[in-house]
Amino acid sequence: MAEAKKVVLNPLLDNNPIALQILGVCSALAVTTQLSVTLVMCVALTTVTAFSNMFISLIRHHMPSSIRIIVQMTIIASLVIAVDQFLQAFAYEISKSLSVFVGLIITNCIVMGRAEAFAMKNPPGISFLDGVGNGLGYSLVLIVVASVRELFGSGSLLGYQIMPLVENGGWYQGNGLMLLSPSAFFIIGFFIWWLRSRKTDQVEVRDFRLASHSTSEEAA
Amino acid sequence: MEELLSLFVRAVFIENMALQMFLGMCTFLAVSKKVETAIGLGVAVIVVQTITVPVNNLIFNNLLREGALGWLGLESMSLEFLGYLCYIGVIAAMVQILEMFLDKFVPALYNALGVFLPLITVNCAILGATLFMEQRDYSFVESIAFGSGAGFGWALALVLLAGIREKLKYSDVPDGLRGLGITFITAGLMSLGFMSLGGISL
Repeated sequence: MAEAKKVVLNPLLDNNPIALQILGVCSALAVTTQLSVTLVMCVALTTVTAFSNMFISLIRHHMPSSIRIIVQMTIIASLVIAVDQFLQAFAYEISKSLSVFVGLIITNCIVMGRAEAFAMKNPPGISFLDGVGNGLGYSLVLIVVASVRELFGSGSLLGYQIMPLVENGGWYQGNGLMLLSPSAFFIIGFFIWWLRSRKTDQVEVRDFRLASHSTSEEAA
Repeated sequence: MEELLSLFVRAVFIENMALQMFLGMCTFLAVSKKVETAIGLGVAVIVVQTITVPVNNLIFNNLLREGALGWLGLESMSLEFLGYLCYIGVIAAMVQILEMFLDKFVPALYNALGVFLPLITVNCAILGATLFMEQRDYSFVESIAFGSGAGFGWALALVLLAGIREKLKYSDVPDGLRGLGITFITAGLMSLGFMSLGGISL
């Protein structure tokens, strides 16, 4: 039980897929202008990661290692097709605004990365939980980014107006940058900064160290 | 001809795969430490992109699309839901063929690319370009221009970022921001730069 809890909670801050493992960054940047769209993406990704981990772990002893990538790809692509068809049937508007990014879950590195790194070596139950945990770690970053972008970009959260915009007679001047693509890079960059100043063991090693300044007497 | 050229330029600068569409980010951030490896990977991506997008275009238009199997007497059949599976299969096969071809005929480039070649399969810029091609309904010739443009734009962004990072490693970055954090912010600034090209209408 303790192990299960660790597998689910560890990816949230200690071993975050986006901030530390550099997995699944693309969609974190692209689908975060609106919180509602982001939430759907998070649920879709967590489902796919969890189930692909489980299925791959189930057949891990029967897969020749030379063709394992293509087998994993087939499993993941089938799961994504199922999710995509479900979204088109029940949430057509959101499926439209996610556009190609549902399909791109196939090549989302979190799914492949966890399949290779965890599911190939562990039994199905715990692999499923690892998938859920990593999906949640990904969701955490996405929700933070999307909240910031929607709140400061259009003054609303989940479509509810929190800070009335100037155009609608309110007082808040929307920050246009937040709605454009570069802001996602900045927010994730600052999120990583915040995370690493709390968990200093995640700080990367320096390539070069600057020598301290020498005074003119020392130099002479 | 002019139309194809403008499609190419759009794909390179205005709809840059890495900096405007955020595709292929994982490799973009992980393989941009050295200009040399960045150039090698960039060339490989251009080649794979230029081949896979038109091939997937043929598959989509001649096999999957609704009514495409009319010659079999299956007018109303649409296999569009099988798209993802076919595209990723084509990409994986193309990368494998390219790998064998390079191994046999251009061993120097094969050795230089090393592990990055198989990794192209899971680069979302490749699949992303195919999906955009399907969504925007490009013709075969247009898909060649779009595919090569998308690959070229991605490679350009990768090499530029690698150049910046080579210089950046000598600078004194705050602890928490070092490495990944500052790379994100650099990429954000580059993305701002590329946005200024957005006003160009072709």
